[in-house]
Amino acid sequence: MTYLNKPVLHHPKLKANALGLTHRDYEGKVSTLCAGCGHDSISAAIIQACWNLSLEPHRIAKLSGIGCSSKTPDYFLGPAHGFNSVHGRMPSVLTGANLANRELIYLGVSGDGDSASIGLGQFAHSLRRGVNMLYIVENNGVYGLTKGQFSATADRGSASKRGVSNSDSPIDMVSLALQLGATFIARSFSGDKTQLVPLIEAAILHKGAAFIDCISPCIAFNNHPGSTKSFDYVRAHNEAVNTLDVMIGRETITADYAPGTTREIVQHDGSTLRLHKLADDYDPTDRTAAADYLQRRHAKGEVVTGLLYLDPAPRDLHAGLDTVETPLNRLGDAELIPGAKAIERINAALR
Amino acid sequence: MPVKPLERVNDFVVKFANVNGSGSASANRLFAMSILRMGVPVSPRNIFPSNIQGLPTWYEVRVSERGWLGARGGVDMMVAMNPQTWDKDVASIEPGGYLFYDSTKPMPTDKFRDDIVVIGVPLTEICNTRYSDPRQRQLFKNIIYLGALSALLEIEPKAIETLLREQYRSKDKLIAPNIEALHLGRDWALANLECPLGLRVRRADAVGDRIFLEGNSASALGAVYGGATVAAWYPITPSSSLAEAFQSHCRRLRVDPVTKKNRFAIVQAEDELASIGMVIGAGWNGARAFTATSGPGISLMQEFLGLAYFAEIPAVLFDVQRAGPSTGMPTRTQQCDVLACAYASHGDTKHVLLFPEDPRECFEMGAQAFDLADRLQTPVFVLLDLDIGMNERLCKPLAWDDAKRLDRGKVMTREQLEAGVTFGRYLDVDGDGIPFRTYPGTHPSKGSYFTRGTSRDRFARYTEEGPAYVDNMERLLRKHDTAKRLVPRPIERPGPAPTRLGAIFYGSTSPAMEEALEMLAAEGIALDTMRVRGFPFHDDVPAFIARHDRVFVVEQNRDGQLRALLTVECGIDPAKLAPILHYDGTPITARFIAAAIGKALRGWNVTPLRRVAS
Ligand SMILES: Cc1ncc(C[n+]2csc(CCOP(=O)(O)OP(=O)(O)O)c2C)c(N)n1
Ligand code: SF4
Ligand SMILES: [Mg+2]
Repeated sequence: MTYLNKPVLHHPKLKANALGLTHRDYEGKVSTLCAGCGHDSISAAIIQACWNLSLEPHRIAKLSGIGCSSKTPDYFLGPAHGFNSVHGRMPSVLTGANLANRELIYLGVSGDGDSASIGLGQFAHSLRRGVNMLYIVENNGVYGLTKGQFSATADRGSASKRGVSNSDSPIDMVSLALQLGATFIARSFSGDKTQLVPLIEAAILHKGAAFIDCISPCIAFNNHPGSTKSFDYVRAHNEAVNTLDVMIGRETITADYAPGTTREIVQHDGSTLRLHKLADDYDPTDRTAAADYLQRRHAKGEVVTGLLYLDPAPRDLHAGLDTVETPLNRLGDAELIPGAKAIERINAALR
Repeated sequence: MPVKPLERVNDFVVKFANVNGSGSASANRLFAMSILRMGVPVSPRNIFPSNIQGLPTWYEVRVSERGWLGARGGVDMMVAMNPQTWDKDVASIEPGGYLFYDSTKPMPTDKFRDDIVVIGVPLTEICNTRYSDPRQRQLFKNIIYLGALSALLEIEPKAIETLLREQYRSKDKLIAPNIEALHLGRDWALANLECPLGLRVRRADAVGDRIFLEGNSASALGAVYGGATVAAWYPITPSSSLAEAFQSHCRRLRVDPVTKKNRFAIVQAEDELASIGMVIGAGWNGARAFTATSGPGISLMQEFLGLAYFAEIPAVLFDVQRAGPSTGMPTRTQQCDVLACAYASHGDTKHVLLFPEDPRECFEMGAQAFDLADRLQTPVFVLLDLDIGMNERLCKPLAWDDAKRLDRGKVMTREQLEAGVTFGRYLDVDGDGIPFRTYPGTHPSKGSYFTRGTSRDRFARYTEEGPAYVDNMERLLRKHDTAKRLVPRPIERPGPAPTRLGAIFYGSTSPAMEEALEMLAAEGIALDTMRVRGFPFHDDVPAFIARHDRVFVVEQNRDGQLRALLTVECGIDPAKLAPILHYDGTPITARFIAAAIGKALRGWNVTPLRRVAS
């Protein structure tokens, strides 16, 4: 492992956002990942998105499982609390944290091993519960931290660094998320910041379960010919169905998009997502059509990216549980303890 | 051979043998409650298989004016309503005891015993004559036998009628038909049988202001009073009713009066891993959270429990213990998770355990567990068991002091951070091993930290250096030491005469132990006792052992788990601790304890005092 400084951002680093904060205020510790690891680019995109949205860094909670990907929350948003939990169980920890304080922004970072193998169950259940969060899987098709074993997202027939062919069917996390009821679903590529940053922004603003499957090549173990998660393979087979601008009020946050037809969707929080269609036949508000499209393209070896599904008016877990607006962790004794009089009444009913 | 029928007033055991799902539970409960209302203590126990319908269930009611609430063993009257278990049920009756059965269909004479009193009541016939609807026939049959029993045992019908009125307060159409059925049975018995029997209930004043409830419900109420707002659970007998009770208590006690929104969040998780994960996430984020489970669930939570121990996150677990694995005896009671909880997880871990003896302590310790978890920043286990969890038990009324404040432990505030107070997440500022923590989102630039296991220093900075690891592990030991002084203190009681013998017990063994001590005293055997209420062990525990030559450790498991914990944690010579172990899945009895202790003493040639004197 080399201890390199994180990749230098080309944006004017010290420009201040609406809160008067610069990029520096959104950075974390120096990354200890391999130089060129896709995961570091995702960290950079998270920093960029949070800065763009002028979020208060300390109002974000970063949670992860175990893996190289799960280490990254230490490398961005230093002023935010982070929790490197246990392998495959970030979703439950995040769910509990969210129940305790509904006011923070929850960012769950995971890997394909973490979420598609050991943690597949928790991945599924957190999405179907509609936990208000952004759940990112940094998907490299291998277990990076344990040195390159195939993960459950590795395509059948793709080859390991040592030349062994994977014989198992892959799990497509996006297809699962569609079936499970996630209300914001996207796929992107760590090498395409223009696409990734606005997707992260939109996902953070989304008031429900937002999931991004981000292909993130592992330089050390899965970036060779024969891999379907290498930089070269993804660049060659990336089929973006749309690009996205996120607008809060009138202000355009992101520009720099490719031409095409546009469609605007207003999210529940008031933000507007302007989608630029690249694939004419793709409708990101049609769950079943999206699932069908993805399967057909996957069969052809294409990697479909973009905002793949959006329900602009989701119902989150708190709505289902009908919890009070005040975060549960701020309720005081008076609101929590029914008191001695109530005990007397309870006693009386038990005789 | 005929035996003189038993003659007992306010001191006998009635057992109902029913078919699961036949609606008998409510009539049986009325039976127990009506005796309580006559001022006579009862302790009922449900004995049921892991099945919903069709298999046998039993409801055993011990009536004891003396107030013995432990299981007694033996049956003085069997209400045999289940043909499937007839032979075993009849065989279990004490000589001179009574058999009550539905005599509609004649039974072959070899199905009876000649040393018991047989009471046949044509329940089905009475029922079918009066009712035509099959559902009514089924339900009222139970009330009819209750009526007949009231005549046979001299239970005041008024007491039952009052209970029926209370039970159907909101469905008052049901009151009159139930009372009618009650008298149908009662009148038949009075007209056709010799009433009362040798077993009788006589009004007394031995209940006082005590209340009658299940430990699971009491624990859940403790969680409400302890300020729990997040509960995550996965159904498992015998703990499910704890989570369900929390839900119903919260609906009554924890809804915002203005907005009608919930000041609680309950999630039925996908498994126990997720349950404890949610509890840990909520605890990390400053809410009081708990899960309720049983042994198999504790097994699944192991990895997370290690994380919570090392990352120092408050969590409360109610473990309603039962025997063995899922296909073991899931509906039978034991105290078999003591070691699994004390040392749960990987690495060097030790956890805080609380041992409530009855529903009242389930309430108290249930609430206290949350203060302890926050104060110590660690998982706290409340170890109850099926016997107190799922059975109603008579206990002192619950009490709450309105002056009490929730102890949130060492949480550094925004103001303190702003004022420049040094924050080191794992820094032992007070010498008690307990560091300060911050809730996520507290301050824009100070007090944030990255939570991970042990690969960090006092300031939560990443390191894998050995000295930093050792430093942290030693602080955790200091914290464990602090816990000794915070958990409920053990309760010591001197024996009836000076003695070099002691006995240690805990949890649901209490009432049986108390009764056994009296039985032993009658034989001239005196024992000093200590009821352990928490782990890590208070210094009083090794001191008690040191003061005695031999100490019995009475528990409900095979391996003497608390005894093992005592030898390891207090450095005690195992030879000094004599195990008294009961683990067949039934609740421990005084008869068992007294016999086992008496036998051990005979083996050691200890002569009872009385025999010395005579
Ligand atoms: C219970 C448990 N089993 C196994 C491991 C070992 N382990 C650590 S990381 C990892 C795989 C991580 O893969 P992935 O989530 O894809 O992350 P990546 O390193 O590829 O980013 C495994 C198996 C562990 N930490 N915990
Ligand atoms: S092993 Fe792979 S995933 Fe891990 S840091 Fe290196 S490149 Fe990234
Ligand atoms: Mg991976």
